[in-house]
Amino acid sequence: MERFLIQASTYAGSIDGVIMLIALLVGFWFLLAEGIFFWLIWKFRARPGEKSQYLTGKEKHVKRWITIPHALVLLCDVFIIIASVRVWYDVKQQLPEADSTIRVIGQQWAWTFQHPGIDNELDTDDDIYTVGDLHVEVEKTYHFQLQSRDVLHSFSVPVFRLKQDAIPGRSITGWFQATETGDHDVQCAEICGIGHGIMAARIHIEDAQTHAQWIADASAATTP
Amino acid sequence: MADTVVDVHQHEHAGHDGHHDPHWIVKYLWSTDHKIIAMQYLFTGMFMGIIGAYMAYVFRMQLAFPGISVPGFGQVSPGEYNSLITNHGSIMIFWVAMPVLIAAFGNYLIPLMIGADDMVFPRINRLSYQIFLVSAIILLASLFVEGGGFGGAWTSYPPLSAEGDYNQTNLGSSLWLLAVALEFVAFLLGGINFITTLMNSRAPGMKAYDIPMVLWMIVIASILFMLSVGPLIAGAVMLFFDQTINTGFYDPTRGGDPILWQHLFWFFGHPEVYVVLLPAIGITVDVIATFARKKIFGYKLVLYTAVATGVLSFFVWAHHQFIAGIDPRMANVFTITTLLISVPIAELLFVMIATLYGGSIRLTTPMLWALAFIAEFLIGGVTGIFLGASGADIYFHDTYFVLAHFHYTFFPIAIIGTFCGFTYWFPKMFGRMMNDTLGKIHFWGTIIPFNFIFIPLFVLGMGGQHRRIYNFQHFPELAGPEMYSLRQIATISLLIMLAFQAVFFFNMFWSWFKGEKAGKNPWKANTLEWTTESPPGHGNWPPDQMPVVYRGPYEYGHPDREEDYWPQHLPS
Amino acid sequence: MAHAKPLATLRSATGIPTGRLAVWWVLASEVVIFGGLLGVYLMHRIGHPEWADAAAHTQTWIGALNTFVLLTSSFTAVLAHQAAEKGNGKEAAKFLCFTILGAMTFLVVKSFEWYNEISHGYTITANTFWSFYYTAAGLHALHVIAGAIIMGVVAFDAFRGRELHRVELIGIYWHFVDVVWIFLFPLLYIAK
Repeated sequence: MERFLIQASTYAGSIDGVIMLIALLVGFWFLLAEGIFFWLIWKFRARPGEKSQYLTGKEKHVKRWITIPHALVLLCDVFIIIASVRVWYDVKQQLPEADSTIRVIGQQWAWTFQHPGIDNELDTDDDIYTVGDLHVEVEKTYHFQLQSRDVLHSFSVPVFRLKQDAIPGRSITGWFQATETGDHDVQCAEICGIGHGIMAARIHIEDAQTHAQWIADASAATTP
Repeated sequence: MADTVVDVHQHEHAGHDGHHDPHWIVKYLWSTDHKIIAMQYLFTGMFMGIIGAYMAYVFRMQLAFPGISVPGFGQVSPGEYNSLITNHGSIMIFWVAMPVLIAAFGNYLIPLMIGADDMVFPRINRLSYQIFLVSAIILLASLFVEGGGFGGAWTSYPPLSAEGDYNQTNLGSSLWLLAVALEFVAFLLGGINFITTLMNSRAPGMKAYDIPMVLWMIVIASILFMLSVGPLIAGAVMLFFDQTINTGFYDPTRGGDPILWQHLFWFFGHPEVYVVLLPAIGITVDVIATFARKKIFGYKLVLYTAVATGVLSFFVWAHHQFIAGIDPRMANVFTITTLLISVPIAELLFVMIATLYGGSIRLTTPMLWALAFIAEFLIGGVTGIFLGASGADIYFHDTYFVLAHFHYTFFPIAIIGTFCGFTYWFPKMFGRMMNDTLGKIHFWGTIIPFNFIFIPLFVLGMGGQHRRIYNFQHFPELAGPEMYSLRQIATISLLIMLAFQAVFFFNMFWSWFKGEKAGKNPWKANTLEWTTESPPGHGNWPPDQMPVVYRGPYEYGHPDREEDYWPQHLPS
Repeated sequence: MAHAKPLATLRSATGIPTGRLAVWWVLASEVVIFGGLLGVYLMHRIGHPEWADAAAHTQTWIGALNTFVLLTSSFTAVLAHQAAEKGNGKEAAKFLCFTILGAMTFLVVKSFEWYNEISHGYTITANTFWSFYYTAAGLHALHVIAGAIIMGVVAFDAFRGRELHRVELIGIYWHFVDVVWIFLFPLLYIAK
């Protein structure tokens, strides 16, 4: 998966791990089934003078060809379920201790980000509001409170493998921790009207020094 | 009771003697004959399919070459783009897959395959088509009203779909909803007819396990539809009130809940996938049995796995909502049920593949379509596992991976399934054979480009490209040249595929009038529809020659017989 | 319009008459519509205890009166069925007319009730409880109207001794409409 898109959060690797596990298991079944399928088409092509066989599929030794794969498919499902639920639990169900909390607000058609400012607390006077630019520090755990002012939106950061719908009237909390610096896309992943296609933002993952500098600059700009 | 039967029989006979040709309007537009109604559904569905394909062509052009003036449409605005994708989805599912696979094939085949002269309620059948036609007209009209057609995706999530201020297509969204609701009513009426007909009107001797699989599948699909659509009808009434008289069912500020619609929609929406899948599987199974000259590998197995799939499909709906803000613990439950549904579906495919074993396979055009259904649907099936697993879905949700996945399921269902059934029953419907060479050219010209449309979209989805974005210039990571070349491959393949459909239409009209005469049973098949004339007359069989059934539908290659088939109606 | 029934309609592989079978399937599809609506209402009601204040303004005794009216009309529908079984079309038509009368009474009472509520400001947009109240009861009232119209047609035929088996079918449907009300009444009126 890294070949398609870099991994920039702590859990991106494990989400890609689930994807790889599924790819291996279903890939095996897929190739097996298609292989047998084309072999059968070749093997039992019509030949003049030869009649087809009369098989009902009721005999026990014939039935095995269905029941054994049946059990194996079920077994593969169990592996996938376990892997998937574990990752799901890490990403969505538990909340690790936060170093900082930000607020993400979706509206037609822009993202507003509320950063905690110098005191590292949300909803105080020194909060920094930006539209379309989210600044976070690398290797720090962030909680985000996701809100919407009008319709459904979805906060998606592909490099984090993170996605969460924003619902008007609710505040949904989630977390992430970035692992490398860089600037990346934030998309809206739920159709939200005519401007859905322009509802873009950038996430700026900065090292500690740059981030502190940005907070200082931004605070200086907002406080008169 | 017995007296009445005789009475009506004689009455009907008298009607045949004093036969006079009704006016063509009465004959073709006001007919209660199940075959005519099937044709009405079939050609309305094909017409809507052409419109849906045209929409796909327009927005694919916009995606590959953003901002160009699309030939035959012009420049695409964001609002038009949303309206195009919304109505493409709605049309292809509600006005193409459902009418063709369930209504057209159901109407045509149920009476013919069970040896009856018509559906049990012919006038309700006619009403069902008329309501369907009105719904199609309303949908098409909604594209041309002020503000344009509805653009909130076929899932129509509120609050976007509920408030004119948000979607800016006030009238368009109400008309869209009305059209969908009417379409549901049409299929409820049709479904009651199908179920009752199959249960009650079978030819003497036809037991439950003698029914051809395609009929079982159509009827199971009708039952699934009937039991899943109710809550959505209630939900649609509520959404309609939200749109028109400003109630607050889905408005969080007034005690409503936007997520409610998602539950109602997907409680219907997921069974709906199986509503269209099962008839396609039924058609494929029948065609494979005929051209492999084989009994299907476990009739009851297919039947019970189809029922199991249907039952399970009521318990998987929330896998569409993993990240929609539902309680995260619910996701675990739905991951388990969703992955479990892979077991019966895999089993259905295994049975179809196993049926080939020991056969004598003739690669006619319908058989090629049936085999392509298996090969392509497998891809759709296995990619679904990624999306059903909650952990992987966090990333894949609402990306092009989802889009490619469900096109790999819906394309085999709606397009391959339709062509498979249409080419197989064409001789019965029109009395003439289709040209096999043209049929094969059309087959390869459809299947090969199809894969080149959607495999690039899988790759784009893995690269993080989200759905329903009309122009990627605002997302630097999605605007790279290699991404555009993938989009262009998809679009150009679509153009090639659409061009090859001309071969089909030419073949259809040419064979209709000039094809080789088919005779009663050109494929040497067992089921009852092949025992009457092609095309069957009014009443399907002469009243004194209604068929009687002696055995199951798949007795191919029986050791006791010299021929490799054994029609259902022949006494032992 | 004289309409020859196809042979298909007269067959009965299951042993159940086709019409009755079809009506049961109609009811199955109706059950999920009302089931969906009432299920949704229940979920909301549990989540919003404050709706009890709004529900306090419904008039329980009017609801009870209407319950009584509907139950009586169901009883006459049973009598109509019995008469039809005996082949007495005129008698069946008479009892069906009583049932239609019951439906009319129900609708008249309902319109006075709604007129009263709306004039007090409890309209469908007043809050979500009232939205559910009018939507659920309105959907039910539509079924009452449809049932009354169909019953009129059936009674007309029955009076001439035609299609007597339809008396039973409309009766089944009418009992269903009755049962839906039996669910609506406690949920919308009694629960305060």
